[in-house]
Amino acid sequence: MGVIGLAVFFVLPLAGLLWRVPWSDVFSVLGQSSSRDALRLSLETTLAATALSVVFGVPLAWLLARMTFRGRGVLRALALLPLVLPPVVGGVALFYAFGRRGLVGQWIERWFHFELPFSIWAVILAETFVAMPFLVITVEGALRGLDTRYEDAAAACGAGRWTVMRRVTLPMIGPSILAGMALTWARALGEFGATITFAGSFPGKTQTLPLAIYLAFENGDPAGIVLSLLLLVVSMTVLVLVGSRVIGERGRMTPSPSP
Amino acid sequence: MSDAGLVCDLRLQRGTLALELALTVAPGELLVVVGPNGAGKSTLLRALAGLLPIDDGRIVLDGEVLDEGASGRFVESRRRSIGVVFQDLLLFDNMSVVENVAFGLRSRHRPRREARRVALEWLERLGLAPYADASPTSLSGGQAQRVALGRALAFGPKLLLLDEPFAALDATTRGEVRREVRSHLATLDVPKLLVSHDPVEAITLADRIVVLENGRVVQNGMPDEIRARPRSRYVADLVGLNLFRGELRDATLTLASGQKIAVAVDSVPDGPVVATLHPHAVTLHADTPEGSARNVWITEVTDVDDEGERVRVRVGAPVPLAVEVTRSARTELALAPGSRVWISFKATEVVVEPD
Repeated sequence: MGVIGLAVFFVLPLAGLLWRVPWSDVFSVLGQSSSRDALRLSLETTLAATALSVVFGVPLAWLLARMTFRGRGVLRALALLPLVLPPVVGGVALFYAFGRRGLVGQWIERWFHFELPFSIWAVILAETFVAMPFLVITVEGALRGLDTRYEDAAAACGAGRWTVMRRVTLPMIGPSILAGMALTWARALGEFGATITFAGSFPGKTQTLPLAIYLAFENGDPAGIVLSLLLLVVSMTVLVLVGSRVIGERGRMTPSPSP
Repeated sequence: MSDAGLVCDLRLQRGTLALELALTVAPGELLVVVGPNGAGKSTLLRALAGLLPIDDGRIVLDGEVLDEGASGRFVESRRRSIGVVFQDLLLFDNMSVVENVAFGLRSRHRPRREARRVALEWLERLGLAPYADASPTSLSGGQAQRVALGRALAFGPKLLLLDEPFAALDATTRGEVRREVRSHLATLDVPKLLVSHDPVEAITLADRIVVLENGRVVQNGMPDEIRARPRSRYVADLVGLNLFRGELRDATLTLASGQKIAVAVDSVPDGPVVATLHPHAVTLHADTPEGSARNVWITEVTDVDDEGERVRVRVGAPVPLAVEVTRSARTELALAPGSRVWISFKATEVVVEPD
């Protein structure tokens, strides 16, 4: 059954994609300005979303892993909700929060004369919304698995909280943060539903790779297949890197060796 | 009376463990707190190190109150000048050996170059200078032990705490590392407190021993005193062991008196050793015993001590030994001071470790 499942759900679709790739046109398609715009936009927004996820996600993971307070369970459920929420629902929710008539959006527009939806910022926001839970869940797991005695040892040496964090805790969970970043980035790169709902699909402005692929596919443009191939290669690379020692989950120091 | 050294009198509830004890450690003294797992040894150490506040009582080091239940005063771990050698050592793998040793100085905002210079001096003193820039993961157990000691001492603490420092080492290196550490500890004039569950370790290292059981001090005294008059069942098992020091050669242990004892060893190299023999591993007989025991001789009972179901008997020359027998054996053999008995024990009952 496992082998049949693997064939039907994973291998055959991949084979189908590879079968239709117009190999001779790959480089000319990638060279088209529409492809290049989508690629550039995707890189910019996903890197920004990954950075935002680290800035907000690491402290959030810390809070969930290390602090005991009422409502921690609710907070964790909220933080991880985008993992199971249909992205299009996320997009709708973002729209009614940050849109022109949205809960917060109307004030943003009144005070800053700035419209968030259908801008590059909306793309970044949508990608961060769906992808950050991957970082939170990875880093929280690493913090929970961490041997806190190393932090005690540092404190006993006279290290303050910041020194302990910088010289002991972060180096120990560093590999997990990298792994979380890779997963977050890959998820942001594939983001479709929330983006198209909240940011639209304006070429060169909010049309990221997945949106460009969908549009090309609808129009029977072979560029869609080539760009799909590109995303496939990127996803595989991230998977291999996360699984390998380069950014594998280590999360704890090995106890000092006996001879 | 001078207020130098460690003075503590504390109460601390942690789960089912109620720790309640008073102890002092004088400058330069090495106090070994020994007790079974769960007796509260590590909890005591964590409280002294400031990783756990006490419920009641006080901890005073060189006249400074570090923790006081009544006033609520609590000096944080990082503000206490206490060096700790942790169980499993807990060296920082992402730093080099010299960075580990310099960590306490850097944490106290000493300039980088000065911290490095002091750390290098310590490595020199500990015989680790060639490994300064190596990773702690590349060191042997004994070397890692000395790095942990260096890290705990380099910033000039007023108290040194050691938590089961030899537990992670295997038997062949333990004796050697213990001897090294003992010689380094002897040169330090701060109070030193080591916790251990190993009676041999306690007896060979300690200036004074505190026996901890269920969170309370069962006995407090010099090693010889505690061995001679164990005050509880546990203490008797723990430190009432027969202890020999001598030279090991060809599976024979030669004591200073010249007496030879047959032992069974596989991984201990020839040379100076410490050996222990449990009192209940020794059998007493009225006549020449038959059987496979390799150590057999006739001796004289010097003392008989009734401890309830079990009786503790002391025998004299050629090797003074504590022996544990049942009440019925005592009656059968008519044991009394002055009676002649044969003793026997197997070579395999003697536990040998390098000294």
